[in-house]
Amino acid sequence: MNLSLKQLSPGDRAVVKQVTAKGQIRRRIVDMGVVPGVEVEMERSAPLGDPVEIKIDSYHLALRKEEADAITVELLSVV
Amino acid sequence: MKKNTLTIALAGNPNSGKTTVFNNLTGSNQHVGNYPGVTVEKKEGRLKYKGYDIKVIDLPGTYSLTAYSPDEIVARNVIIEEKPDLLVNVVDASNLNRNLYLTMQLKELEVPMIMVLNMADVAEQSGMIIDYHLLSTLLGMPALRMVGTRKEGIQELLDLLVGSIEGSIKKDVRRVGYPAVLEAEIQKLVEILPSEDGDIGGSGSVVAGPNGIKYPSRWVAIKLLENDSEVIKKADALSGSQKIMKQLELSQGIVKKALNHDSEMAIVEGRYAFIRGATREAVRIEKTDGVPVTEKVDKILLNRVFGLPIFLGIMWLLFQLTFTLGTPLMEIIEAGFMQLGSWADHQMAEGLLKSLLIDGIIGGVGGVVVFLPNIVLLFMGIAFLEGTGYMARAAFVMDNIMHRIGLHGKSFVPMLIGFGCSIPAIMATRTLENPKDRLVTMLVTPLMSCGAKLPVYTLLIGAFFAPQVAGNVLFSIYLIGISLALIMAKVFRTWLLPGESEPFVMELPSYKMPTLKAILLHMWERAWLYLRKAGTIILAASILIWTLLTFPMVDSQGHEYANAQLQLENSYAGRIGRVIEPVISPLGFDWKTGTALIAGVAAKEVVVSTLGTLYSIEDADALAEEEAGTVKTFAERAREQSGFTPFTAYILMLFTLIYVPCMAAIAVIKRETNGWKWPAFTIAYTCTLAWVICFVVYQGGKALGLGV
Repeated sequence: MNLSLKQLSPGDRAVVKQVTAKGQIRRRIVDMGVVPGVEVEMERSAPLGDPVEIKIDSYHLALRKEEADAITVELLSVV
Repeated sequence: MKKNTLTIALAGNPNSGKTTVFNNLTGSNQHVGNYPGVTVEKKEGRLKYKGYDIKVIDLPGTYSLTAYSPDEIVARNVIIEEKPDLLVNVVDASNLNRNLYLTMQLKELEVPMIMVLNMADVAEQSGMIIDYHLLSTLLGMPALRMVGTRKEGIQELLDLLVGSIEGSIKKDVRRVGYPAVLEAEIQKLVEILPSEDGDIGGSGSVVAGPNGIKYPSRWVAIKLLENDSEVIKKADALSGSQKIMKQLELSQGIVKKALNHDSEMAIVEGRYAFIRGATREAVRIEKTDGVPVTEKVDKILLNRVFGLPIFLGIMWLLFQLTFTLGTPLMEIIEAGFMQLGSWADHQMAEGLLKSLLIDGIIGGVGGVVVFLPNIVLLFMGIAFLEGTGYMARAAFVMDNIMHRIGLHGKSFVPMLIGFGCSIPAIMATRTLENPKDRLVTMLVTPLMSCGAKLPVYTLLIGAFFAPQVAGNVLFSIYLIGISLALIMAKVFRTWLLPGESEPFVMELPSYKMPTLKAILLHMWERAWLYLRKAGTIILAASILIWTLLTFPMVDSQGHEYANAQLQLENSYAGRIGRVIEPVISPLGFDWKTGTALIAGVAAKEVVVSTLGTLYSIEDADALAEEEAGTVKTFAERAREQSGFTPFTAYILMLFTLIYVPCMAAIAVIKRETNGWKWPAFTIAYTCTLAWVICFVVYQGGKALGLGV
């Protein structure tokens, strides 16, 4: 099932399918390693709801929901 | 002949421990400056080893080498233009895939290179077993194990450096293997680029630009396919550029068709695919039990419920550290300069020189040095929070609010510091990467009511308001300051410096304990920058203000004025006060207030003492201490002579809040923006804003029958 990264709940794991953001933002996202085929785990959202924190490989990445919305993922498991 | 000087450049991701390696190599022998034309910091250091004189350039920490960020452009330009003898890539071993992404791009610059796998202890604890030899073979460069915080591997690095110049490191031309389709298109572009020679990395080099700088052809080809705006600009100026652009368009079309991605994405993916292949072979991961410390800590610090209170608590501590601990130190420094002044007072004969020395120079230097405790303490706190990794979390927590006004989560800390003092606050904007965010934060920070404005408020409130409302009046002033800062930030970000807001794609690094040495070095760097750059301007401005307040000393007949009040009334500052009276009278101010406001440019707390002198209050100390009797006299005279009512006093507080930040702040803005444009703009906008707000409030209030 394809979702946007934003739709994941804490604990969900997913595989990145596509980064649909444009220009500089897309480049920042992919430069940080969020490329198709990579596995990510949703960790939490910030106390005020936005941004969100994901785990990718062994590191933690924060991004705003509007940016997470431009990343298509396939859900792997629900905890 | 044997070369005995060596230039090395350190490159690596932020949080890779690059600064620790730099500090270990160079000790305190460092120099911080700016790259010309940009606000990117330039750090260099030197060391001697085995008879070699080694210069170390610490490149800005970056994740990539695109044309999107000034840091990344600087990093790659330094490598291409200064051609270091050796490039040392500091890599966070516990986070290899993402760190090696930069490594692959550095390698494309075709400079001799070694890789330092730093924080190896962290990697090993997390169960990673790295085959250094295999990794080195796969990536085509020496790979060295290091634990920078314990100085493990530094000796080996130094030996490798020296070895490199003695020829034991050979340049390896092994490349990132991109998918075959991409490789074919890269080759096509390389072939039509005007080539200078054939020896750099085997693919030749392109000379672009008027300085004869050589760019590796293969790198240019790859960057063209990445749609790199800087490289495209350079290629446009080459001979045969039409042919190149035509081929580029063709190649991009072919790549898109074959890989179903545009060529920029295809290249990024190609690099990551290569890296994953390499780490799969060279790194084995043994499962370890237990959750990493960082994740445990973040469960608490970033908790939905406790995250925000914890953040506010930490900010409160930072504020207390800076100002509560700093204030006694400031008082000691002030007392010291007072002593120096009174010593000079006894030693010297009355006269102009004495006045210049005591009021102008000692006062001016004192005014510079007095901020040092704040700056040192604040940067100690910031260096600690940055070093531990909490700063990134602070931005994570605050981004939601700051993003609404068009800024980044990281803007919050400088704005908060602004309540204490604008000077360290403006310097703290250095933590912001986006130049527009940084500038806007710098411009609005002075609107946060700083500590020096507080005595102005308390004295005016004490003189004109009943004790029951005093708190509310003060609170309203602070609230207006915050609101104006937020509104102006939004206004500036929308109209003055529009553009995509900085994306919030940020690493939350693992927590670690920063070394004392790193914190002390950072403190020293900031304190020195402030003293050297801002200090000179502040001193010059102090002397200027002193001149305005002191001259002329005699009236047109050559007689000295009977008292300080008459002298001040007739000084240049007093005359300017009269000249600007028509401008400020719609705000309810007379020329005396004008004169006080001019003196207040030196430092805001001077506004009240100048008014005191103009109302011939002899005992300036009693006024400063807010002794009841003196305050009452002050209020009466202000009422009689300048028509002050509580309402005009409030307008004066508003004006003091908004107009020109003190000259020390102006000097720091000048230093931080490398020019007079933004300090001049700050003066202009704050004065205009102060006038408009006070005009509206005064005229509106008058129409409503207030202030009579």
